[in-house]
Formats: sequence, C-alpha cells, structure tokens
Amino acid sequence: MADLLQEIDKEQLRDGLPDFNPGDTVRVLYRVTEGEKERIQAFEGVCLGRRGGGMGESFTVRKVSSGVGVERVFPLHSPFIKDIEIVRRGRVRRAKLYYLRNLRGKAARIPEKRTTR
Amino acid sequence: MSGLIGRKVGMTRVFDDQGREIPVTVVQAGPCPVVQVKTQETDGYRAVQLGFGAKKEKRTSRPEAGHARKAGLESTPHVLREFEMAADEELEAGQELTVEVFEPGDLVKVTGTTKGRGFQGVVKRHGFAGRPASHGHSSSRTPGSMGPGTDPSRVIKGKKLPGRMGGKRRTVRKLEIVRVDAERHLLFVKGGLPGARNSYLFITK
Repeated sequence: MADLLQEIDKEQLRDGLPDFNPGDTVRVLYRVTEGEKERIQAFEGVCLGRRGGGMGESFTVRKVSSGVGVERVFPLHSPFIKDIEIVRRGRVRRAKLYYLRNLRGKAARIPEKRTTR
Repeated sequence: MSGLIGRKVGMTRVFDDQGREIPVTVVQAGPCPVVQVKTQETDGYRAVQLGFGAKKEKRTSRPEAGHARKAGLESTPHVLREFEMAADEELEAGQELTVEVFEPGDLVKVTGTTKGRGFQGVVKRHGFAGRPASHGHSSSRTPGSMGPGTDPSRVIKGKKLPGRMGGKRRTVRKLEIVRVDAERHLLFVKGGLPGARNSYLFITK
C-alpha cells in the first residue's frame, strides 16, 4: 500500500528542474494569475534552504528589495513553477542559511563555488 | 447509489488549478459488488449490501460462501456493509459499483475505526490543560479535582478520567472529493481520515 502511495507521488513529482542547493542564487519563474490574465513573475534571490521530501518539498528564496528583506517559500513540485534558473552557485557550509537574515551588505555576500574540472 | 467500501492507502498532497497545495488521503475504494438488495417487501426496509475485497477460501465459512454465491460472485467479500438506497434507485445483486459513483467536488462522509492509543491520561484523552512544568508543581498531568465534596458525596457520572483511547468508530463529515482515479479505483479525499493505513473505510455521500 505504501508502494502505491509512492507511485501516486511519483506521477506528480516534477522532473526537469535543475538541481540547486542552499547558497545558490536562483531565479524562480512563477505563474501568477491576475483576474483573467496569466503571466510569469520572476523572483530572484539566494536559496536559504530546502526542506521536506517527496511531494511536500519546498525551498525558501531570499532577496533584498529596496532595503527590505523579502523571503518567499515555494513548493518545489508546484505546477505553477515554470522554471528555475540557477544564476550563480554559492559556496556555503550549512544546509540552512538563516544567519543571512542578520547580515546585510558586504557581510551577506556568498563566495562563488569553484568547480574543479 | 452513493456509498462505497474502501481501504486507506495514506496521505499525500496534490495541487489544484490555483496552485494551492491540498492535503489529501488516498483511499482504494471498490470495486464493490452488490451482494444483496433488501426491499420493503422482503426485509421491511430498503438497503443495498455491498462487499469489498476477497476472503481466502480457507477462511470462508460455508454460510458466507453461500451468501456470496447467491449474488453470483466468484469470491467471498472480506467486508460487507449495508448502505441506504434511494427510492428511485434500482440495483441488482451481482452488479459492481466503482469509484465513479463519486465525482470531484462531492462532499462525503467517511466512517472508520480510529487508531487505538491504549490507556491514556486526561491531557491526551480529553485535552485537559495540565499544570505548569516548573514553579513548584510536583505533578503536571493530573486530572485534578473530582468535583464537589460532602454534598453529593460522589463523583458525577461522565466525569472525564483516564482510560482507553481510540479504536472507536468515528465519522468525519463534509469531506471533499478532490480527484477520482477510475483506473486504479482510487479516491482522493481532502483532509485526514480516521484509522491506520490499510484499515477499512465506508464512504457515503
């Protein structure tokens, strides 16, 4: 029975989304409907962390907009996410970057990840 | 007919067309054969008896097997249950009902047996507030006073006390059907349902 549940979940899980990690700067293209019209809204910021698993997985994106910190939590498997673009890979040492909330300006920068090829 | 017997599969979530996440319980319901039709003439009331699942032959008693054979079934159902039948409804024994009796958007009642929790105290069982954990309190989850003293000289009946919790038949009403999967006989019902996984559930409109 639990297998059946996994099967159901599997059908609903999104694939084709890029693999991103906390610390990465991502641009989330989210579908918004305003009245009749539907358009794509982009939300760009640092991914603070991912939580949950399966259908319930979500991630938090933080950006600083005109001096005010804005965070948004997206359900990873939402059909309303059109795409996620990775703008920049960051090098961080923890899974949840909540400490960024207390930092601003230069201190809140994240060094870029260097990949060895 | 607006009832079915099913089995709880478990919980997950689905997204609706607004992008909202909806918590759902998946129920494997039906196909339920009509085992017996009770009529005003023969039984004094109208009802339909549905079956669900298949019992091993070894575990089937002869009267049970005979009852199923009478309806023209190949195997003996594991569970039988009566459901109301509307006055204008005509059903015949041997007919099969599937999840298609429900449609997305329907509001249903679901009956099941809740998970047994054993002997529980008053805080968990009745939602008593308990006492502070610190500031000089020696016991924190006690039921407290039993009531007035000399005057009645007894404890009033129905006083909420510790005892066995769960394992009871409970009905949850007004649950929305979110999705119907006819191919795999699945119902997606919004919200939680009583009972453990694999436990039987009765769904009525």
